[in-house]
Amino acid sequence: MSQDPRIERARVEREARDAAAHRGARGPVGDAAQAAMATYLAGEQYHDRDPQPASDVLRRSRQAPAPPDPWAAARADLAGLPGGGLNIAHEAVDRHVDEGRGNDVALRCVAEDGTSRTLTYDGLRQETNRFANVLGALGVRRGDVVATMLGRRTEQYVAALGTWKAGAVFAPLFSSFGPAPTRDRLLLGRARVLVVDATIHARRIEPLRSSLPDLEHVVVVGGEAGPGTHAYDALIHQASTQYETARTRPEDVASLHFTSGTTGKPKGAVHVHGAVAAHRATAARALDLRPGDVFWCTADPGWVTGTSYGIIAPLTVGATVVAYEGEFDARAWYALLERERVQVWYTAPTALRMLMRQGTELAREFDLSALRWIASVGEALNPEIVAWGTEAYGLPVRDNWWQTETGAIMICNQRDLPVRPGSMGRPVPGVEAGILVRGEDGRARVGPDGAVTLAAADEAGELALRAGWPSMFRGYLGDDDRYRACFAGGWYLTGDLARMDRDRYVWFVGRADDVIKSAGHLIGPFEVETALMEHPAVVEAGVIGKPDPVAGEVVKAFVTLRPGYDESEDLALELIAFGRRRLGALAPREVAFDQHLPHTSSGKVMRRLLKARELGLPTGDLSTLEAPR
Amino acid sequence: MTTHHLDDAAARAAVTEAVRRVVPDAVMPADDVPLRRDLELDSLDFLAFVEHLARITGVPIAEADYPALATMSSCVAFLGARHEP
Repeated sequence: MSQDPRIERARVEREARDAAAHRGARGPVGDAAQAAMATYLAGEQYHDRDPQPASDVLRRSRQAPAPPDPWAAARADLAGLPGGGLNIAHEAVDRHVDEGRGNDVALRCVAEDGTSRTLTYDGLRQETNRFANVLGALGVRRGDVVATMLGRRTEQYVAALGTWKAGAVFAPLFSSFGPAPTRDRLLLGRARVLVVDATIHARRIEPLRSSLPDLEHVVVVGGEAGPGTHAYDALIHQASTQYETARTRPEDVASLHFTSGTTGKPKGAVHVHGAVAAHRATAARALDLRPGDVFWCTADPGWVTGTSYGIIAPLTVGATVVAYEGEFDARAWYALLERERVQVWYTAPTALRMLMRQGTELAREFDLSALRWIASVGEALNPEIVAWGTEAYGLPVRDNWWQTETGAIMICNQRDLPVRPGSMGRPVPGVEAGILVRGEDGRARVGPDGAVTLAAADEAGELALRAGWPSMFRGYLGDDDRYRACFAGGWYLTGDLARMDRDRYVWFVGRADDVIKSAGHLIGPFEVETALMEHPAVVEAGVIGKPDPVAGEVVKAFVTLRPGYDESEDLALELIAFGRRRLGALAPREVAFDQHLPHTSSGKVMRRLLKARELGLPTGDLSTLEAPR
Repeated sequence: MTTHHLDDAAARAAVTEAVRRVVPDAVMPADDVPLRRDLELDSLDFLAFVEHLARITGVPIAEADYPALATMSSCVAFLGARHEP
């Protein structure tokens, strides 16, 4: 199809390399996922081997005959590829066309100026076929990683679905990442293709390009192709609307979502096509989504919510996805809810807190009568917002809980159950959640034989999920040790502290580690500390989440200065600027000086002590330190 | 409401200072360019900017005023109008 000599050359080079390598299904993710899958399967057997399960639940699960697969019905609801196989894009798009719903509206992306672009399911099928053909022309093969930095514009949705159709791996990056997090993630994912907004390309990618050896193709959206790049529009217009979706299997890798931990670089959570069973089932259970509903998920696809629920889940049920390209703006958001007659709205506590600051009066200026369901995710939702939502919108805001690693909503204030304000709800059917007794490090206590202990009702402990639901991550890319460390006794350990009451409603208590949750985004303190320590004035940094009435937490850095540098407001501002240039959205909002950062015996900065001091808490018993609600 | 006169130059200086409390190395865009987009201010950055601007100028700023703070020009007009006795 394409006559572009660069593409032809890339294809020839690619084929030569592939022939030399004598490989079939290949690429970094393909290899890692196979290993991850073996680990996963081994993990599945943990509780069967467990010599002395510590809890009643564990004992029951060992003695009882194998229960029926709780996800069988969800899997049976999937269409599957004609002739066998499973592909997310087929479930999300082509299936509806095959079943006669091709003229239903699939996607409407609304720009800040109010203009919008609408695609029917058949239109989306054609666009995503074109994109899959473009990837083929660029030499992309199954298992290759296609990254995006596109925000919430149409091309993001087309790129995601077209990537899945091609059997490649979709790796969305948040557009507001600075150069350091961007480079780290592209390197970790070994992305071969990046589809990027022209402005972001000019500001952040072009200067990084020489440090990204795996990145063969940069496709620029919304601008002219410069040296070493392709123009998205030119490629798409040349491409055919006919494409046969790759015959992927349920365990084939579909997506790579980057997330952060307490230590080390970001992690690439590997997800598979089979996850779509959980997306579709939870769309109905947790979001009450029905075919034809108008649905708006405010999350950016650069975070897992914006992909799992901004793209996959609503499309699999045949809903209309509305996306807003602009940033938060109370009037613009309400106007969108009104104009698009949004029925189901999935947003975040930070946004709701900002709307709450505007009062109920502003909400009442708009006709929000189409709204039927409001859900929230990102951090714990305070009961005040649930109450305020009922006053402002006539509907409770339904909190739910999940993580990048869980791939889909696990716990929610679900349909046909009363909302308990302040609770994240109950586990969705098919998900077994438990609260595990903690050890001295604040995480679940794991015996030498891998055994864990379930906490009593209402007792705080580490929230854990019985491994094996369809959307569970299948590995951290290139880091099997970190993956294995997430499991004990057949449970996935979430790192969140919670309580479960006698009715199985779960109540968030805090994080068991130092990860920061700011405006719904998970931020790893290590990544921020590393960036700050690149400044010549900084010897060491300790980074915490400082409680904030709007964002939940904001990133605050404590830095120790090198001899010869003096504390000053100018230097604090310089460090904030330095952090923003390197980290973008992950940067600290506040910098304080501390020439005596507290350390553990092994020499690590004690972030929990910094946090306790910040909160004015007694610092004696650090194991009980928990984030306030 | 304060009644001392805030002329264009003072308003401009206040906006620049408030921006630089959030983005200390900001290069201020042209007067009619949206600040949020040009300086990549997210919603939390924008809130911080508003709080700094209110503190520096003494002008109370309500949520309903946010749309008036889109660009340097609109900020200067807004601050000037609010300062008229």
